[in-house]
Amino acid sequence: MLRRDFLKAATASMSVALVPKPVLAALINSSQYNNLLILVELKGGNDGFNTVIPFANSAYYQLRPKIAIPRDTVLQLSQSIGLNPALKALMPIWQANELGVLQGVGYADASLSHFRSIEIWDTASKSNEYLEDGWLGRAFEKSPPPQAFTADGVVMGSPEIGPMLGATARTIVLASEAQFKRQAKLASHADQAGNKAMQHVLRIENDILQAASKLGGDVVLKTDFPKHAFGSICKNACQLAAQKSPVAAIRLTLSGFDTHQNQVKMHANLLTQLAEGLSALRAGLIETNRWNSTFIMTYAEFGRRAKENQSGGTDHGTANMHFALGGKVRGGLLGEYPNLNSLDGVGNVRHTVDFRSIYASVLQQWWGADSLAVLGGNFKPVELIKT
Amino acid sequence: MNFYAKYFQANYFKVSCHFCCTVLLCCFTLSSNAEMGNAEANHLLSRAGFAVSFSDLPVWSALSRQQAVEKLLQGSSSNITSPPAWVSDPIIRPSKKDKTDGNRQAQKAFLKLQREHHAELSAWWLNEMLTTNSPLNERMTLFWHNHFVSGQKKVKATKLLYIQNQLLRKQAMGNFGSLLHAVSKDPAMLIYLDSASNRKDSPNENFAREVMELFTLGVGNYTEKDIKEAARAFTGWSVDRDTGEFVFRKKLHDDGQKTILGKTGNFDGDDVLDILLSQPQATEFIVTKMWRELVSTEINAADKATIKKIAVDFRQSRYEIKTALKGILLSDAFYALENRGSIIKSPVDLVIGALKQLDIKLSSAESLVPVLRQLGQNLFDPPNVKGWPGGEVWINTNSLLARKTFLDRLLRTEDIQVSSEGKTQMDMRIGKKAQMKQDPRPMGMRFYAQDWFSQFKTSQQAQSLLLLQVPVVTNTASPNTLPWLRALMLDPAYQLK
Repeated sequence: MLRRDFLKAATASMSVALVPKPVLAALINSSQYNNLLILVELKGGNDGFNTVIPFANSAYYQLRPKIAIPRDTVLQLSQSIGLNPALKALMPIWQANELGVLQGVGYADASLSHFRSIEIWDTASKSNEYLEDGWLGRAFEKSPPPQAFTADGVVMGSPEIGPMLGATARTIVLASEAQFKRQAKLASHADQAGNKAMQHVLRIENDILQAASKLGGDVVLKTDFPKHAFGSICKNACQLAAQKSPVAAIRLTLSGFDTHQNQVKMHANLLTQLAEGLSALRAGLIETNRWNSTFIMTYAEFGRRAKENQSGGTDHGTANMHFALGGKVRGGLLGEYPNLNSLDGVGNVRHTVDFRSIYASVLQQWWGADSLAVLGGNFKPVELIKT
Repeated sequence: MNFYAKYFQANYFKVSCHFCCTVLLCCFTLSSNAEMGNAEANHLLSRAGFAVSFSDLPVWSALSRQQAVEKLLQGSSSNITSPPAWVSDPIIRPSKKDKTDGNRQAQKAFLKLQREHHAELSAWWLNEMLTTNSPLNERMTLFWHNHFVSGQKKVKATKLLYIQNQLLRKQAMGNFGSLLHAVSKDPAMLIYLDSASNRKDSPNENFAREVMELFTLGVGNYTEKDIKEAARAFTGWSVDRDTGEFVFRKKLHDDGQKTILGKTGNFDGDDVLDILLSQPQATEFIVTKMWRELVSTEINAADKATIKKIAVDFRQSRYEIKTALKGILLSDAFYALENRGSIIKSPVDLVIGALKQLDIKLSSAESLVPVLRQLGQNLFDPPNVKGWPGGEVWINTNSLLARKTFLDRLLRTEDIQVSSEGKTQMDMRIGKKAQMKQDPRPMGMRFYAQDWFSQFKTSQQAQSLLLLQVPVVTNTASPNTLPWLRALMLDPAYQLK
């Protein structure tokens, strides 16, 4: 796979004047990183149509005679769109106007392969392009968060570094803070030298030492968090956000969304965990005074097929519905719901907003960054933040 | 269908590939006749095998490169340790169609049993890797497992993964064409890539896509149309649920005309595989992958030329894997200093290598299985069909700490007992099973430090065995003591081979 220099690609296709060279310090004013970004990965490909439900559209019920969510149980957000009842813990956030529902998020020529599609989302590439670094990894490389930060990014709930992968990005995979600090005693102090493989090992050693020295003793929270795995990592995220030496981004992963068979109950369980976790996270961030400086966003490799399959589930799809939440997030239904009456040859819908527009909006509006330099293209931003 | 006849020129001499290669290689490898010495032998065995003990090293270092590689290529293609007893038992699987509660329970029990078998099978393979007399054959078995991926989570019946593993072992250094044909019809593979549900009225493209993208050609060397057409050719390939064997269901096969990679005919699955093997990119694709595994992940222009040359030999030999291996393991690049200690060890390399280097014997490898899983390499269950990406991906802040923790514990002279769960915590307390057996050292590993140190005349010898790169941290401990050894193995250089 060839790594394309996306700036060169951008030069070819853009008529807009480009920043001639990546200028290290200028892209993001480092104090902007006091705005925290939390990504929540719904791993496996969450079924958007049963999450954000077009309950007034008969096509929805025709496509899903067995697994459509009954109209009278839907939590209505508008005359035509509502939420899966398992998401009831999100309703107070909706009512506070702090929950944005991003409709129809996807990309052209979508891949239906888990690993290829998540690679596209994580690297913010075109569907026929192969990039190595994650989009956040690139942002951190061009504009490193302050040295004083514990790390640039932290991932929890998955061993994959994903969007934060970058040559110089400092990312910690964190299972538990206590365990991390204990084990970090084995890390080595050494200068960067040697072959490429050695340099990588040394860089990781250094990241460990840095993080261990800064991870800030357990912040005691009054807020209760759900006892399930997702609830735990939400709690960890909250504690991380509250300590003196922060991080710029956190990614939490909730797995299990690849619901090819008998999806209704399993999906409801997952959505319950999601809503409970996010609700507790919000409460904890409010308690520690970080709700207004935190932006939370869900994402997934893809949505699912509009029509149900023959096993009471759904196959891989394309455009999806995602959530954005935070003290400063613009609440409401954003964008346009995909058209269920216009399916492609495989039975998938057309997206109505490119996911990179969402990324661009986050980079520009949350971190004041030059999204063109990070994403290698101009993407029409979506108003995500309250003005 | 005999692909030799169809797709190779008739005017090749019937020369034995072995002789041909020996002549060519003797001509251009200047130092191949001299004794290798310890450093080169250690390097060779770290890459072609799973490291070497100090007592075995002299056997190899007395050989020339040529002789050593020949010795590796002559390794047996059979396992020397006995697999778990249940591999001979038939697979008894509750029917999926029966939705009663009793059957649901039976299903759950079946899956639980398969997971237990998975752990036992992994333990067997780890022990095989540790004790094998054919390190290169075993290395290649693992390589092919990471190429022709099938995973237990999807395949479920662990016995099928055992069968696939034995197939890979048998053909690991055989003929790639035969291997491709055999693996494509292997029951575990048929299930893993949905071949079994690929039928005329609703084709499933999974296998067709992966056989082109991952097994033979690589991305960009075929079109979506080729995949669609190939999928039609593979219809009818299925697996008998009771015997677990390949079966061709003629009624489900689409026997119409197909056009694949410029060729038209009413091809069946075997025809498609032959078409793929005849593509010029296929040999280079395979040799390049083997190069990355054995030599270097960084391929410069000179390497590219060498790979091209080896690929030509590979094709001329009609896909004899030994031809490719010989070309790679006797190349100048393989022995170049910049390619020593330049690849990050996989979890298997790290764990098995450490045991081998420290002469640690195992009563059972079962205690290692959760360790391997935690380090990111769950045998028989790679993360997805692309396999373990390897290289730098093995090392992140999480895994590096887990790797060092394992090495640290290994060196304590008191016994190491690894908990059978081994989830996110490296929990080293005595497991329940162990307590029940009332054996003071159940599942134990013991490092006999005194015996180990006494092998070496100098501390440099010990250091050179363990580290293929210069250590980066100054070792302040007295040489040939446990703290000194610990510092060596916790040095970042120990993470490399």
